[in-house]
Amino acid sequence: MSFETAQKPSWFARLAHPGQFLAWTRPLLIPLALLSAGLFAAGMYLAMFASPEDYQMGDTVRIMYIHVPNAWLSQFVYALMAVSAIGSLVWRHPMADVSMKAAAPLGAVFTALALYTGALWGRPTWGTFWEWDGRMTSTLVLLLIYLGIIALWRAFEDPLRGGRVVAVFTLLGALNIPIIKFSVDWWNTLHQPASVFRPDGPRMPASILTPLLVMTLAFTVLFLTLHLASMRTEIRRRRAVSLERQRAAAQP
Amino acid sequence: MIDLGPHAVFIVAAYLGVFVAIGVLIALIVLDRRRVEKRLARLEAQGVRRRSAAG
Repeated sequence: MSFETAQKPSWFARLAHPGQFLAWTRPLLIPLALLSAGLFAAGMYLAMFASPEDYQMGDTVRIMYIHVPNAWLSQFVYALMAVSAIGSLVWRHPMADVSMKAAAPLGAVFTALALYTGALWGRPTWGTFWEWDGRMTSTLVLLLIYLGIIALWRAFEDPLRGGRVVAVFTLLGALNIPIIKFSVDWWNTLHQPASVFRPDGPRMPASILTPLLVMTLAFTVLFLTLHLASMRTEIRRRRAVSLERQRAAAQP
Repeated sequence: MIDLGPHAVFIVAAYLGVFVAIGVLIALIVLDRRRVEKRLARLEAQGVRRRSAAG
């Protein structure tokens, strides 16, 4: 007869252990990168050659195939950071910190690209690059929040202490996500209301919806690839910081 | 070459901007990884090991 003296860690705890994370993510990076490249090739073909021009917007509708995925990722990445922030504050899991820190610059780039492509789409369709309306202003605020989070991470020498402060700030900033989402319903805006994620289904023909979904998937897989790669680098950076401290402590 | 109509400059600028930005982002992530790998290799060459690995 034998007695268990210690509980075995759960499969999730093992997966989320930094060393284990480095091991199981390593074989994923190249397949994910190749999948993303393949989806981009298919998406670009569909967006440029196999989709019609819009009866109102003409060819400028093709900007939608890169604008919507970036706008989607600007909010998805922030939602992921908010979930990681909860993981950091409630369970104090170091991988939640790593996930938050690795995601912030990616979210900032996708948000900046959503604003950039939106401005270039807005000029020929609305007659202006920019308007201080609810959707555009709240997305600009999101970019500023991302930049604030990146600056906060850089302000702390100790990533563990910094992680808790950033997590609180991230959760406060999450209030902006429903504002972005519902801004087109709450206020009169130049920006059109939701046309894909609607209770009654997408409001566009399959010839336009298909390239949009393929490009959205391509950008999302790209984000997952870059996020995993950045998380792996962040784990190694923390290892280096810890070794440098160990060396400093050992010196007389 | 596909005819993008009278607003081709906006469409091309949007796609070019997105793919250049993503290219720069990927390059920065790769460079960051190399910098951290070098930092770890330097520490290892100096004989600094994790306590858990030293035992």
